[in-house]
Amino acid sequence: MHFLPTDDQLELQRGVRDLLAAKFPLERLPGGYDAGLWAELTATGVFGLRDELGLGLAESVLVFEELGRACVPGPLVATFLAAGLPGRAGSGPVGMLDPAQAPLLLAHLGIAESVLVLHEAGPQLAGPVSGAPVPEPVDPLSPLHELAATPDGHVVGDADATVRLRREGALLTAALQVGLAARLTDLAVDYAKTREQFGRVIGSFQAVKHLCADMFVRAELARVAVHAAAVTLDDPDTTDGPRTVAGAKLLADEAATVNGRSSVQVHGGMGFTWEVPVHFFLKRAWLHATEFGTAEDHAEDLALLL
Amino acid sequence: MDLRYSPEEQQFRHELRDWLARVLPTVPPKPAADDWPARRAHDTAWQRLLFEAGYAGINWPRDYGGRGATPTEHLIFLEETERAGAPYVGVNFVGLLHAGPTLVAEGTDEQRARHLRPILRGDEVWCQGFSEPGAGSDLASLRTRAVRDGDHYVVSGHKLWTSYATVADHCELLVRTDPDAPKHKGITWLILPMDSPGLDVRPIETVLGSSEFSEVYFDDVRIPVTNRVGEENDGWRVTMVTLSFERGTAWVDQIVDSMRLVTDLVAIAKTVTRRSATAWDDVGLRRDVGHLAAEFDALWALVKRGVSQAQATGVPGVGASVLKLRYTEARQRLMDLAARVLERAALSRTDIGALWSLSGRHSGEFVEERINSLSYTIAAGTSQIQRNIVGERILGLPRER
Ligand SMILES: Cc1cc2nc3c(=O)[nH]c(=O)nc-3n(C[C@H](O)[C@H](O)[C@H](O)COP(=O)(O)OP(=O)(O)OC[C@H]3O[C@@H](n4cnc5c(N)ncnc54)[C@H](O)[C@@H]3O)c2cc1C
Repeated sequence: MHFLPTDDQLELQRGVRDLLAAKFPLERLPGGYDAGLWAELTATGVFGLRDELGLGLAESVLVFEELGRACVPGPLVATFLAAGLPGRAGSGPVGMLDPAQAPLLLAHLGIAESVLVLHEAGPQLAGPVSGAPVPEPVDPLSPLHELAATPDGHVVGDADATVRLRREGALLTAALQVGLAARLTDLAVDYAKTREQFGRVIGSFQAVKHLCADMFVRAELARVAVHAAAVTLDDPDTTDGPRTVAGAKLLADEAATVNGRSSVQVHGGMGFTWEVPVHFFLKRAWLHATEFGTAEDHAEDLALLL
Repeated sequence: MDLRYSPEEQQFRHELRDWLARVLPTVPPKPAADDWPARRAHDTAWQRLLFEAGYAGINWPRDYGGRGATPTEHLIFLEETERAGAPYVGVNFVGLLHAGPTLVAEGTDEQRARHLRPILRGDEVWCQGFSEPGAGSDLASLRTRAVRDGDHYVVSGHKLWTSYATVADHCELLVRTDPDAPKHKGITWLILPMDSPGLDVRPIETVLGSSEFSEVYFDDVRIPVTNRVGEENDGWRVTMVTLSFERGTAWVDQIVDSMRLVTDLVAIAKTVTRRSATAWDDVGLRRDVGHLAAEFDALWALVKRGVSQAQATGVPGVGASVLKLRYTEARQRLMDLAARVLERAALSRTDIGALWSLSGRHSGEFVEERINSLSYTIAAGTSQIQRNIVGERILGLPRER
């Protein structure tokens, strides 16, 4: 047993982190989806990690953690999942629709070359679709459209394929949430080290320090859960995949959303301003919490597996 | 990242399993919680069995009589003994997990030769005399005084919460040797024989009604200078060296137990009637159970990460405080959940009814452990102190003062 990232895995993760720090610093975040960055990520192989580069989900979650940490806008998970599906046209962004969810909302419709529709009976890929823009989406960097009906596409797999895609989607979304949770911690800690009140930095007050400590602990626990789930899904000899993924998604959702609230709190009034970027991370976490199963869904599913 | 065990590790597991299957039927049942001499006899007899089979001091270096096992083998040992229902380390805790490793790291050759083997064989039991009435979380403010008199230290003062003091042979004792130095600089680590004249051990009744710990009064107790471990006034460093030993694989057995308890609770909830259905038909309960299962699975993964880190670098890494914080709070939530399922059957420490016996558990056991788990967020560094450690040592936030 050696449950630590290997040197190669760490190097891959560091590479993506450095790339994002250079190409997509915080100042760029309010601009939203960045086609140039997307092209660069595609060229680097971020979406083809498994299906083109032959790496596993273990490597993929490390990379997705970095995408979350940078809060990269765009349909990251569906584009990754679509890379392995037959008959996909183009290599651009792919949207994701779960026909069982209401209202029928599609994120990033405007840039999606195609849409992955996760029908119970089997996944479909649909061409560009149309819908009514949702005014004021809660995550301003993830525009939403409401569709009148589920679009028709061509069938790209059977019922098992949908189960697999949902599971992998939940895992990769959890990895994004871990990245958000960790970055929200960093933002709070950095602020707590510099902001002064009562003649000292606020991070020396225990009430603030303990908020930060709990944020760190939440993100760490969710991170090992995501790593364990990825390794488990990669291992053809175990059947624990469903259980570990459910646990990872629910802990990661919790880490990202609760850390978001705590980070706002640590920032005080600044945390309630548009200018301080904390809200972008929290709002993204709220979006992901509704994708590939909510924490409640996963808790219930997990209970039934016990 | 790999969660699979190597062929050698699997081999180790299988041999251990076979041995446990052979030897456990010969182990007598657990004595009454209050019968401390019997508990000592039980726990040390088990230690002797481990010693004879080559499993004692599993993670101690071979040179000092241990097995020199890798951290992963240590983890396997803890997991398998817990799953098999083997006796807990019990009264051997301080000797095996704290005093012994401290002597290995800091003791003299004479001290090692005198003490290590009796610990491994289960011949001698140790206790920990650190805390005092005025020194709990702020351990370094301890005041029990030791004054040099020729080749002895003369000790006077008052220790508190000394677990197993009534059945121990030796005590790892922290004393103040220089009252004028800054508080961390005037402390010395001594080996105290528990039969020393001038010592008064008074058991304290816990919330369980038993007396796991005691207060210990010192009235001019003479301890030979040769019993000093490390230099005079260097006791704080000596203590810190080995506190990390205690934290590396702590809680492993309980996490394994918690995961099993979760599944047992499911079985029980399916048979308990609530209003017109079973407790398990309540989606709120199911979600809470699922949530806790996720948490224990993640804690188990965190243990494996820490063990892998220890194997790679020799130190368990930053995970120990994270683990203690989340585990101890999850354990308390689990016990509350058990009480929700048991409802009024959770009102006695003696079994009421027969339902839960179907999982091999007894309602009294849950109740006992519900009470016991209250101490986990206090002993060995309270949750508040753990949060300070995370905030200051990991995140680099400034101290309050
Ligand atoms: C079952 C059990 C067994 C034990 N066995 C032993 C033993 O064998 N040997 C031994 O030496 N000791 C032992 N202890 C003692 C244990 O280490 C102490 O109880 C513990 O360190 C807390 O100290 P205290 O009880 O004095 O509480 P205090 O330190 O007085 O704490 C009281 C409350 O104040 C909080 N607090 C204190 N300081 C701070 C701070 N800086 N910031 C925020 N909050 C703070 C604490 O978190 C706690 O909530 C045992 C304790 C228990 C419960």
